[in-house]
Amino acid sequence: MFLIPDPVGRFFHRMASPPHFYALTEKLMPWLVVLFLLLLLPGLYGGLVLAPPDYQQGDSYRIIYIHVPSAWMSLFIYMVMATAGAIGLVWRIKLAEIVAISSASIGASFTFIALVTGSLWGKPMWGTWWVWDARLTSELILLFLYLGVIGLYGAIDDKRTASKAVAILALVGVVNIPIIHYSVEWWNTLHQGPTVTKMDKPSIHVSMLVPLLLMAAAFKLYYVIAMLQRARLELLQRERNAQWVKAMLEKRA
Amino acid sequence: MKPARRQRLILIALMVIGVAGAVGFALKSFNDNLMYFFSTTDVADGKAPKDNLFRLGGMVVKGSVERPNKGIMVRFKLSDFSKEVTVEYSGILPDLFREGQGIVANGKLDSRGVFVAEEVLAKHDENYMPPEVKASLKGSVNQK
Repeated sequence: MFLIPDPVGRFFHRMASPPHFYALTEKLMPWLVVLFLLLLLPGLYGGLVLAPPDYQQGDSYRIIYIHVPSAWMSLFIYMVMATAGAIGLVWRIKLAEIVAISSASIGASFTFIALVTGSLWGKPMWGTWWVWDARLTSELILLFLYLGVIGLYGAIDDKRTASKAVAILALVGVVNIPIIHYSVEWWNTLHQGPTVTKMDKPSIHVSMLVPLLLMAAAFKLYYVIAMLQRARLELLQRERNAQWVKAMLEKRA
Repeated sequence: MKPARRQRLILIALMVIGVAGAVGFALKSFNDNLMYFFSTTDVADGKAPKDNLFRLGGMVVKGSVERPNKGIMVRFKLSDFSKEVTVEYSGILPDLFREGQGIVANGKLDSRGVFVAEEVLAKHDENYMPPEVKASLKGSVNQK
């Protein structure tokens, strides 16, 4: 960590420069969208049409193609947000602060989707919309953490100060992430244990697994696209008086 | 790395470690309350509350489901592969309720030591497979 090779350091230094980031993401965006669609469409078709029904749940299990990737994303985005927040705190890189706050509302949305789809599935399968078991409760706390981050950021006018406050809140909440992941193993829960990340034997048939992984990759791409768009907007707002923004606007006008 | 940055990094690391430690101890002390249900062994050993509602989880023993009064009341045995507890329930069972399936029931023990459930929830397992694969798994005797 203290010995970063020179080219890598230079790459990050350049990426962290706002004008370069703005121009590069603009060029990348169409490619990201194409890649997203290339993953999403086969994933949806495979999951909703090609994959066979489950031996117990019939077609109802197909909600996993939304529920599971959303739940994974809710954890993944939180880690990105906390890491970016920590980088912003230590190195005071403006772009890291922007990535952190741009991730928050997307993460909150995925958490919400995971909770709602799980609830819709739980009613017919478990017989209840909601139980206070460790998995469901910790995932709900994750939603509140996201909402706390969004609220705190909005409540502080100076956005650099707001970013520091938000990063500390996000870092405190990191402790919840392993709790969510391992809740089904540490405690008795109504929620079932892990299926895909269980290494010893696959618990899901390969014809069902492939669309699930495609959907998971598509959701990741969606996050990158949505986060970059939000980050570009946030960057423009923060840097509206900077020379490069003015120059760019004049060039486009 | 500049000293100021290193100091901030160390402070952040200490904060995360501190919070993790505090939460870890808290979860450890509340461990029993975080268990969503008691196992049938807990009940047989008398660890479950006597007069209060609690949740009981286990596997529905194969061949134990019966409707003694030909009515809506079902009686079945729950097991965690070591001890069994008899459960009675009047109401609508969830889709996934069947013999050999894990369930969680909410209710209390009566004087006979029978668990009278007010609510029965199915606990889905983590296996997903097409019906044909399930059928072929059942066909081979060596499969557990």
